[in-house]
Amino acid sequence: MIHTLTITNLHVSVESKKILHGVNLEMKYGQTHALMGPNGSGKSTLGLVIMGHPGYVVTEGSITLDGDDLLELEPDQRARRGIFIAFQRPMTIPGVKMADFLRHATTNVRRPDRKEGEELIAMRDFRKELKSKMEQLKMDPEFARRYVNDGFSGGEMKRAEILQLAMLQPKFAILDETDSGLDADAVRLASESIAEFGRDKMGLLIITHHDKLLEHNRPDFTHVMLGGRIVETGGAELAKELHANGYDRIRKAHPDADAANRRMLQDDVAAELATA
Amino acid sequence: MSTGMTIDTHEEIGEINKYNFRTESTAVFKARKGLDKDIVSQISEMKNEPQWMREFRLNSLDVFYAKRMPTWGGDIAIDFQDIFYYLKPTDHQGRTWDDVPQEIKDTFDKLGIPQAEKKYLAGVKAQFESEVVYGSLKEDLAKQGVIFVDTDTAVREYPDLVRQYFGTIIPPADNKFAALNSAVWSGGSFIYVPPGVKIEFPLQAYFRINAENMGQFERTLIIVDEGASVHYVEGCTAPMYTSESLHSAVVEVICKRGSRCRYTTIQNWANNIYNLVTKRAVAYQDATMEWVDGNLGSKLTMKYPAVYMMEPGARGEILSIAFSSKGQHQDAGAKLVHAAPHTTGQIISKSISKNGGRSSYRGLVRVEKGSKHARCNVVCDALILDPRSRSDTYPYIEILDQDVTVGHEASVSRIGEEQLFYLMSRGLSEAEASTMIVNGFIEPLVRELPMEYAVEMNRLIQLQMEGSVG
Ligand SMILES: Nc1ncnc2c1ncn2[C@@H]1O[C@H](COP(=O)(O)OP(=O)(O)O)[C@@H](O)[C@H]1O
Ligand SMILES: [Mg+2]
Repeated sequence: MIHTLTITNLHVSVESKKILHGVNLEMKYGQTHALMGPNGSGKSTLGLVIMGHPGYVVTEGSITLDGDDLLELEPDQRARRGIFIAFQRPMTIPGVKMADFLRHATTNVRRPDRKEGEELIAMRDFRKELKSKMEQLKMDPEFARRYVNDGFSGGEMKRAEILQLAMLQPKFAILDETDSGLDADAVRLASESIAEFGRDKMGLLIITHHDKLLEHNRPDFTHVMLGGRIVETGGAELAKELHANGYDRIRKAHPDADAANRRMLQDDVAAELATA
Repeated sequence: MSTGMTIDTHEEIGEINKYNFRTESTAVFKARKGLDKDIVSQISEMKNEPQWMREFRLNSLDVFYAKRMPTWGGDIAIDFQDIFYYLKPTDHQGRTWDDVPQEIKDTFDKLGIPQAEKKYLAGVKAQFESEVVYGSLKEDLAKQGVIFVDTDTAVREYPDLVRQYFGTIIPPADNKFAALNSAVWSGGSFIYVPPGVKIEFPLQAYFRINAENMGQFERTLIIVDEGASVHYVEGCTAPMYTSESLHSAVVEVICKRGSRCRYTTIQNWANNIYNLVTKRAVAYQDATMEWVDGNLGSKLTMKYPAVYMMEPGARGEILSIAFSSKGQHQDAGAKLVHAAPHTTGQIISKSISKNGGRSSYRGLVRVEKGSKHARCNVVCDALILDPRSRSDTYPYIEILDQDVTVGHEASVSRIGEEQLFYLMSRGLSEAEASTMIVNGFIEPLVRELPMEYAVEMNRLIQLQMEGSVG
């Protein structure tokens, strides 16, 4: 069976603010999709909602994996079903070593029925696998003993996210600006390793503003998000065009969505002023 | 004489206390309830104590009457007349490991208690493997002049040494509960390490199996002579019952020039216990005193290990963890007194409050006049697991000299929804994720514990966390 992730007419709010207004997207295992769009258009929100972030409310629509409703599952259950997101802003977990965290995570994802307290995957096998994947990512072995994202540079954090992708081997992975804040070399390494670990081995949804990450991950589809909707879908050439020319053409072609996008950003500014 | 064991089944599921157990022992001698001169004299008599100790006790009783209850900390509702102050345990019960009910053994396994400690807790006094091990250690130590006995024995066998130091660091008048302990104390450890002797392995209270060392009013005195070092580990992480609801210990430590002492305590009390402990050390030139203190359970714990740095180069470090859950109040902290130049202090305090529990950090840093270039750093972090729980910080800093460096950082955090989500998005259940966050939070302290205690501590936290979410 070819795994399919289907998002249908998805509407999402935070508190009373509407962020997504009817998103439709279908991804198949092995495909690479690029998701682009100006700041505040709702890209991260879409990723977080697919993963099950509790702060967002789905008011309408559905997300299914091979026909099964994902919306009723907790994030850990979704992870065990094979959903993954490399976060735009990963969290720091002080005092928890990367290796311990990853061993737990890897065990749970590989043995989806594992109950709390049941055995973890064998230490030796785990270490070996972790070590080799870290080498591929040019990570210092010391990394495994550091605390999760604690004191990591931007580049280290993004690499750690890719390491998690490599260990968990999901069916569908969302990569949210895994290239932002990295220098050219680091972006190339990220691009190569995503291709290495992910390409053809899962469905990839790559959220990016640039085309570097797509260099080794040529998208089968490119989607453009604006004002909480996907307003255009094309092939690899669309990503190139947007990277070269920006979103002016898109904004003009979709004035309603453009207005919605601006409204959301204005709300953000207003909210910030209110709390300042 | 009979000894039976009962499992307490009335506790709430999901709390650590479902693993509580106690040993019922018929005492050889049991003073009547209540507190007065007769009782105190009787205790002294039963122990065959020298006159000076008897007087010390009686004077302390007067101090106890005169002293008022602390007006800070937690609510203390104790009826002092409703307590047995002395209970001489039966000697030589002769219980073997095979006699211990399976249920209790299972509980120990669940808690991951070290074998030696299990047996101690279960009251196994014969066929005690560690006794053999300890026997040879003891010989070794004795050859080097190390004394490690219970304090009652010390009063009998090393009266001069005991008399020289007993009550000098914590005089009865220090506080009401120190006075109480001074009047009715029983058991505890006495350690003397001669000059230059460095004891490589931790000395553990539970090895000293014939002593009454887990009493309600134990009294511990440690003297580390010049250039010597010792690590003493006390307590255990299995829930402890005393026959009464008050535990009030006094611990005095003297670190002479260039010596080093680390005192590690992990205690997990049943929910009905008032745990009011006075712990204080003095450190002389270039000596280092470290308190590592973990407190779980109890109705109210008030405990502020102190180090007085008396001479240049002295160091005092206090690491403490408090975990409070439903119906529990941990008022724990630390006290550092810089009484000489170039002294260095550090306090790291971590507290976790869950399920309506309350944790307070109460700390005092005092830099006396004439303590130039003293340095001190205080870090206290509180983690609150749910909106019903509470954490407070009461840091007091008194600086009476110049050119001193005192830093203070405090943070209060709640287990963040974002942190939980991050871990859950990697396949960890909510309970696993919270436990991981809590264990990470106390990792800096657990790292300092002897291996078996570190493992235990993590398991305990896990048990505390179980059933708390979802
Ligand atoms: N948790 C949240 N609370 C309030 N507003 C949010 C939250 N998450 C996203 N938003 C708002 O939704 C809009 C889309 O944000 P986001 O999905 O991060 O966009 P993008 O990733 O495309 O930049 C923005 O206006 C943002 O401020
Ligand atoms: Mg974003």
